[in-house]
Amino acid sequence: MKYFGLIWKNVWRKKIRTSLTILSVLVAFLLFALLSALGYAFKGGEDVADAERLVVINKVSLINPLPMAYMNRIAATEGVQAVTHASWFGGYYQDPRNQFGQFPTDPYEYFSLYPELKMPQEQFNAWAKNRQGAVIGREIADQYGINVGDRIPIQATIWTKADGSRTWEFDIEGIFETDDPRGSTAYMLFQYDYFEEARAFAKGTVGWYVLRVKPGADPVQIANAVDMQFANSPNETETSTEAAFAQSFAKQFGNIALIVTLIMGAVFFTLLLVSGNTMSQSVRERISELAVLKTLGFSDRSVLGVVLTESIVIMLIGGLLGLGIGWLIVQVIAGAMGAILPGIYLTSRAILTAICIMIGAGIVAGIFPALKAMRLSIIDALARA
Amino acid sequence: MNTIKQIIAVTWLNLRNLPQRLASSAVAVIGVGAVVLVFAAVLSMAAGLERTMMSAGTDDTAVIMRRGSTSELNSGLSNEQTLIVANAPGVLKDGDKTVMSAELYVIADVKKQSTQSDANVPFRGIQAGAFDVRKDVRIAKGRMFEEGKNEIVVGEAAQSEFVGLGVGETIRFGQTEWAIVGTFDAGGSVSESELWTDVRVLQAAYRRGNSFQSVRVRLENAESLGVLDQALAEDPRIDVDVMSERDYYSSQSQGLVTFIKRIGYPLTILMAIGAIFGALNSMYSSVSVRGKEIATLRALGFGPVAVLCSTVIESVMLALAGGVLGGLLAFLVFNGFQVSTLNGPSFSQVVFDFAVTPELLGQGMRAALLIGVVGGLFPAIRAARLPVATALREL
Repeated sequence: MKYFGLIWKNVWRKKIRTSLTILSVLVAFLLFALLSALGYAFKGGEDVADAERLVVINKVSLINPLPMAYMNRIAATEGVQAVTHASWFGGYYQDPRNQFGQFPTDPYEYFSLYPELKMPQEQFNAWAKNRQGAVIGREIADQYGINVGDRIPIQATIWTKADGSRTWEFDIEGIFETDDPRGSTAYMLFQYDYFEEARAFAKGTVGWYVLRVKPGADPVQIANAVDMQFANSPNETETSTEAAFAQSFAKQFGNIALIVTLIMGAVFFTLLLVSGNTMSQSVRERISELAVLKTLGFSDRSVLGVVLTESIVIMLIGGLLGLGIGWLIVQVIAGAMGAILPGIYLTSRAILTAICIMIGAGIVAGIFPALKAMRLSIIDALARA
Repeated sequence: MNTIKQIIAVTWLNLRNLPQRLASSAVAVIGVGAVVLVFAAVLSMAAGLERTMMSAGTDDTAVIMRRGSTSELNSGLSNEQTLIVANAPGVLKDGDKTVMSAELYVIADVKKQSTQSDANVPFRGIQAGAFDVRKDVRIAKGRMFEEGKNEIVVGEAAQSEFVGLGVGETIRFGQTEWAIVGTFDAGGSVSESELWTDVRVLQAAYRRGNSFQSVRVRLENAESLGVLDQALAEDPRIDVDVMSERDYYSSQSQGLVTFIKRIGYPLTILMAIGAIFGALNSMYSSVSVRGKEIATLRALGFGPVAVLCSTVIESVMLALAGGVLGGLLAFLVFNGFQVSTLNGPSFSQVVFDFAVTPELLGQGMRAALLIGVVGGLFPAIRAARLPVATALREL
């Protein structure tokens, strides 16, 4: 620490070069922050998934419905604590580009299955009482400027009403939030009763079931028990934990996410390589100065330390700035585009990884010239100058 | 004239002693190369997807779906409605038979080769006319399915992307077993991501009664679309959207293409900024290493313009070398690379190849040029302004 003044002077020895190096490190870590947040969105929030929640879908495919009659049979399965259902509505608000999830369900069951969702009690009560009521997530409310008390039309792309119309009107009774900062609230929930009564076809079916296992029960065993019940029926089921479901869904985006990550990873390391090379170069140019330090009595190890710290400091300045700007941008994107790209989030693990990379890259860039400086024979170095 | 000669002379001198500044020049080249590589690679996804989706659509085929549907998946038409379409004006007749195919579009879970996890693979029930409304589809291996049997023909792209779709294999969806009897080639279009079977068989297997999701008809010509649209709009028995197949596929690909572009362009700009810093650094160090040389040249009577231009030219040449390198790498590694992803509107997989197109490479080279000019200009100004006397004294 006592050499910090010296290190700081060394860092700014060539102002332009150091500034440019810091800026390119900044860009590298800005990229890192944005990509890891994007990658997290691609993972589909599997970290948020609850290990005690299971999702039951039709074995043929998620788009095939399941009979409503399964509800009681699933609830009666040993080890099941609570169950609810939901369906895919697939409508849009005002413009076909404004698509977000809308799910008809049962208010009481749904909120007991998803305790992380928070909403004022009186809003919940108002919704539960109003057949045509709906509640929206905070992200949807902010994105489209919808308030409690509004009556909004949703255009159906699938569910024509029995009267032939495709416009479904809902009274917004509440806005819910989630107490998990990584979770998405970019969807709307409304009453299944209204949906079931008004839709023209597929009556008596739901899209999927969600159940919670009793504390201590084995989720895998219960998943098997549920699937066994409906084996060889016309609607076989496939039950998986919420995490496995989210993961398998995220995998559908497939190699794309992986490829983007790989390409960007390559770039990130190229940028680091470029800045690292510049840093090494700047140390090489100063070999004679280092020899002077040693003449003045600096030990081999302090010379090594001074050189290494200098390159780590440069990496940290650029890296932390880049990470900070990246974090700000992610906040803005999450606020402005939450409904389009839910779950964009910079995890603390990503931040920690980035800091480790900064220190690691600083060491890698500085170690060879630093070792050279340490082993320097004073006479040779001074003679070379 | 004299200035141009000077520029050439100084530039030639610079380029000849480039090897002495190899490390810092390489940094600039690699930085620019990375920008062009990433730009071409990311945007080639959008280009490939667009090509796959758009090559499936023609202007003289119309797709008819229930009004308001955003894709075939959420449409629904009754048998009667498909017959109304068949008899509407503007559609092409072959003798007294309409060239058409009423189709069902569902999803089946099949494992992906690359991730070994379930993916939503599009499963289409077709009528015999399907091969007439789609001109460039033909059976490639095996044979066509027999009507009324649980037999499937799979698209060539689907076969290579998903598990267990070889000719002669059987695959089980729910309680139904299907025999794969052949593959079809659709000129690399989105149809190749699909599995096809007899629509009647699929209706029974997915319990869809006698319903369909879309009707494709060949039009008499591209202008008949309006005639057909108007006739169906005026028919009270039917409530449908009529669009050309080209427009349909363009609407289907728009979301994903825009998404990739919205990520690709800002990232490229960000990286280009990073590369400019790299180029600036290496050009500044090139100027500072050559300080004595530049001063000597000036003392010999070379003008500041010649020094300035030669430095910019050096930077541009380094950047262009990086651009060529990155573009070449992108082309060799990514062009033709097959991937599949979930396309939002149809909620199913689309298989496509990365397409590193000449336009993309051209745009990449323009970006490289820009980086070279910006990265060279400021160091060049410094070089041109170098005070001759001081620089010479540093000898």
